[in-house]
Amino acid sequence: MAFTRSQILFLLIQLCFSLLPFTFAQSPASGSAEGYTIYGRVKIPSAGTKDYILPGKISNVKVILNGGQRVTYLRPDGYFSFHNVPAGTHLIEVSAIGYFFSPVRVDVSARHHGKIQAALTENRRGLTEFVLEPLKEEQYYEVREPFSILSIVKSPMGLMVGFMLIVVFLMPKLMENMDPEEMRRAQEEMRNQGVPSLASLLPGAARSN
Amino acid sequence: MAMVIRCFLTLLLFLVSTHLTSSLYEDQVGLMDWHQQYIGKVKHALFHTQKTGRKRVLVSTEENVVASLDLRRGEIFWRHVLGTNDVVDGLDIALGKYVITLSSDGSILRAWNLPDGQMKNLKADKDDLILVFGKGCLHAVSSIDGEVLWRQDFAGESIEVGHIIQSTDEIYVAGFIGSSKFYVYGLNAKNGELLKNDHTTLPSDTFGELLSVSSDKFVVLDNMRSKILTIKIKNGKISYNQKPISDLNKDSSGQAVILPSRIPELFALRMNSRVLLIKVTNEGDLVLVDKINNAAGVSDALSISEGQHALAFAQHEDSKIRLLVKDINNWNDDLLKESIIIDNQRGNIDKIFINNYLRTDRSYGFRALIVMEDHSLLLVQQGEIVWSREDGLASVVDVTTSELPVEKEGVSVAKVEQNLFEWLKGHVLKLKGTLMIASPEDVVAIQALRLRSSEKSKMTRDHNGFRKLLIILTRAGKVFALHTGDGRVVWSVLLHTLRKTEVCKDPVGLNIYQWQVPHHHALDENPSILVVGRCGPSLATPAVLSFIDAYNGKELNSMSLTHTVAQVIPLPYTDSTEQRLHLIIDINQHAYLYPRSPEAIDILQREFSNVYWYSVEADDGVIRGHALKGNCIHIIDEYCFDFRDLWSIVFPSETEKIIATVTRKSNEVVHTQAKVMTDYDVMYKYVSKNVLFVANAAPKARGEIGAATPEEAWLVIYIIDTVTGRILHRMTHHGCQGPVHAVFSENWVVYHYFNLRAHRYEMSVVEVYDQSRGDNKDVWKFVLGKHNLTSPISSYYRPEVTTKSQSYFFTHSVKAIEVTSTAKGITSKQLLIGTIGDQVLALDKRFLDPRRTLNPSQAEKEEGIIPLTDSLPIISQTYITHSLKVEGLQGIVTVPAKLESTSLVFAYGVDLFFTQVAPSRTYDSLTEDFSYALLLLTIVALVAAIFVTWVLSERKDLQEKWR
Repeated sequence: MAFTRSQILFLLIQLCFSLLPFTFAQSPASGSAEGYTIYGRVKIPSAGTKDYILPGKISNVKVILNGGQRVTYLRPDGYFSFHNVPAGTHLIEVSAIGYFFSPVRVDVSARHHGKIQAALTENRRGLTEFVLEPLKEEQYYEVREPFSILSIVKSPMGLMVGFMLIVVFLMPKLMENMDPEEMRRAQEEMRNQGVPSLASLLPGAARSN
Repeated sequence: MAMVIRCFLTLLLFLVSTHLTSSLYEDQVGLMDWHQQYIGKVKHALFHTQKTGRKRVLVSTEENVVASLDLRRGEIFWRHVLGTNDVVDGLDIALGKYVITLSSDGSILRAWNLPDGQMKNLKADKDDLILVFGKGCLHAVSSIDGEVLWRQDFAGESIEVGHIIQSTDEIYVAGFIGSSKFYVYGLNAKNGELLKNDHTTLPSDTFGELLSVSSDKFVVLDNMRSKILTIKIKNGKISYNQKPISDLNKDSSGQAVILPSRIPELFALRMNSRVLLIKVTNEGDLVLVDKINNAAGVSDALSISEGQHALAFAQHEDSKIRLLVKDINNWNDDLLKESIIIDNQRGNIDKIFINNYLRTDRSYGFRALIVMEDHSLLLVQQGEIVWSREDGLASVVDVTTSELPVEKEGVSVAKVEQNLFEWLKGHVLKLKGTLMIASPEDVVAIQALRLRSSEKSKMTRDHNGFRKLLIILTRAGKVFALHTGDGRVVWSVLLHTLRKTEVCKDPVGLNIYQWQVPHHHALDENPSILVVGRCGPSLATPAVLSFIDAYNGKELNSMSLTHTVAQVIPLPYTDSTEQRLHLIIDINQHAYLYPRSPEAIDILQREFSNVYWYSVEADDGVIRGHALKGNCIHIIDEYCFDFRDLWSIVFPSETEKIIATVTRKSNEVVHTQAKVMTDYDVMYKYVSKNVLFVANAAPKARGEIGAATPEEAWLVIYIIDTVTGRILHRMTHHGCQGPVHAVFSENWVVYHYFNLRAHRYEMSVVEVYDQSRGDNKDVWKFVLGKHNLTSPISSYYRPEVTTKSQSYFFTHSVKAIEVTSTAKGITSKQLLIGTIGDQVLALDKRFLDPRRTLNPSQAEKEEGIIPLTDSLPIISQTYITHSLKVEGLQGIVTVPAKLESTSLVFAYGVDLFFTQVAPSRTYDSLTEDFSYALLLLTIVALVAAIFVTWVLSERKDLQEKWR
């Protein structure tokens, strides 16, 4: 042991002792005898490149054991650990804004001294080493489509204008191809009808005419 | 021309129905939603002001938040919300660049990087030792790598460790066994070897905590709270003195409490509203230093220079607070004396933390961080409040809503848009935005324009019903009203019924109800809110009521009741002033009617036989139904009623334990009872307000995931009619366990639980249909009047019900489930799921439809039935919280807006989040970014085209005629 004097920091807590003075007397002390430690790592691929670099926002990544029983944070290198986990089957979830992680089924074996087997629950894929990677990135916003003539044309307003243009420029062409006799008859009919009013535009009114 | 107009009209309709957005664009953030971040009531605070640059204060709170705040503005630099069981016990700064937190009863030690809050491995050049105390163990942790160097176990001796005293090579651990045996252990600091121990039996039992006055002296009160014991430890040997308090202070009435402030050579003793500062001399004698009247709080001592310690305390003076900072060694001098005016709705001072800074004239200035009774946090400097944070909002107990005042005539509304030019300019900008041709400056301008639209933060009722007041009851007993438009606090009131008094020692707020919702004939009255509280955490403590005006937050009335409160039942009846009748059930089988007016009695007498309710005794596994019987026999009070048990359901306690119960919201509107199937068959929903969903788990599988094996876990769900006690539906999920989160709406219930066999979460839906109405399909029956559609729905007759159910996998753990609610119930529903990642996901109810099949027929597809998949999809665009988190999510509240398509959603936890959702899109209004400019442009273009064609046709006509 190398330390000699130096300043000694301490933190001390009375709370737990005043609350539970005797109950802990029977149970084994906090040591490792009670459970096992789950070590793992979260890797988030940085955009674009192939290699794994952790982005700056890693401090907001939480690792959650059994639906909120325990919560831990990542170290800068992406490692996390849960101590004193009893043997059995557990569930680990990773909560990171912008990424979708599958929950992980973790079997802590009592027979093999805390040997850990992990499998993703979403796709039932087993993990050979306990490294969690996001299944996909999550996009929370709709992406605005870039400006294009097509989008204008496709918009209701564009359709309206387009349709009008067709009426203006193609209809006369169609009219030209019509038989002049028939044309005259149609025009006469129109004249008999008089000026089209808005009421006659409505389908019901038009039928009654 | 006719054609053109017609097509214009149809296209306009088409446009209105299609130009809609389903989810959010990034530039729409903050348009309809707001997000507020809080930290909770501060427990520990540490200032970090030594270095130049950013000055910050590090805090840990009762909501298990560790945060770094900007000392200048009170903003959050970084924040970590630890798990709910991970209570922060200690906070310290190590090596000037790490924050160390100790949590979970001292079993987890974490180090955070000071500037950015990144969790760190401690790295230090110097070889320091961190002593950590946890679960009866003393750990010595190296600050180099966080390695535990040695451990000493005290749990075996059942010692209640109180203090650690350290000298260079030896560490002393002092504590009690029981409440009178005092022990000291001496340890070798290098290897934790036990060197010596001593113990002594004190003359009497002790009260409260041991307080260390200096490194080797302790004080503690005896169990009569009349004597002070001074304990001294020298070289591992214990000696003690005792002195009656009356020797120090003649007027020693009231109960004495030692305050936990750490001050060298001094300690503070509170008696009634007076604080005595007592000095402990080297010989162990006690000397009274000062008496402070009306003292509100005493800070820890602050070492300002070598051997100079300062101490701050505050006194209440009417509406002001006097802050005094004194030098401990030179008591007659005041280092600082300031008067601060603090809003009296903040209550008393709870805690003070002080910090000093060097003024320009080399003298010391002091700033104080004050935690108030309402959990708010204030920074006081030079007699002024520099900033304040409403951190009471981090602990929401209950939420309700209230309407805003109706717009009065004569008040100008039209100040919203400046003039036509400005208006057009704004819309041209928006047009540019939608066409993606806006420059970055334009984008900024658009954003500002949108946020500035003062329409949404006005203090009056709006046509669409988007503007409301969210009335929030917090754990501190303060009620806040937030505006839904921008989330600002409209009013806040610290309820005096929920403040600590001699009678009411430890009041807790329970629920908040809409007491009076005036419409129709009582419109000129303000709506009011009922707050129900209790004088302590135990059910046997008396209840308190407060009535608050919802418009201005004035406490209209308050009552301290003689009876207890076990349950509050808002009845569906109102009196002539639109006050809602409430029954308060106490623990002695009585029901009390409120408001206490003869009119209320009349109304209740009329509906006497129609009042039913149920109670759930989760510990005993019993659900009972009750009905009123008559006035109380033993209590002479005409507002008191006895009730009888109508039915009871006893679950077998060895196989089932109640873990969740959910009922329908009483104000939910159902639009249609009938559901038309694809084959034109009609199913009738079993729509009853008196249904209860109960989820029972196997006793072994009540705990967390991982505690039970699939063989010993099962989940049994029931749907029960609460008037008759009839079980409508029962289902068992084998190999499943809780926690169960459920939501009940219309005729269906959706619940979330854990499947141990698949080791995944599952969600199930159960829909209940009324079979007895099923034969109403025959048209001839309608014609001949033989149908039973007009017969009232009543719990007196027993309809045949059928249920349909289906289960799906769901990826995430869930913290809360809610369902959207709209004004008329026409709009389809979305489930709002608060996930473990503190986000809120909107999931269409169509995904939880028991009629989903693997290969839906063409007709079913047209009806909108989605092909069956084994798991529910998580579409990231449907997170209504988008890229935000509602840290520590606890609950979701939905309120209908007046506009049928829209529902208001409020999610709360440590953070608050509010937004509007439109489950079937906003089919009844234009969206916010509807481009009026483009519409105008199109109309102009069309009109121009009409003229052009008109001219062209005229000319052509002329040519025809000339021909």
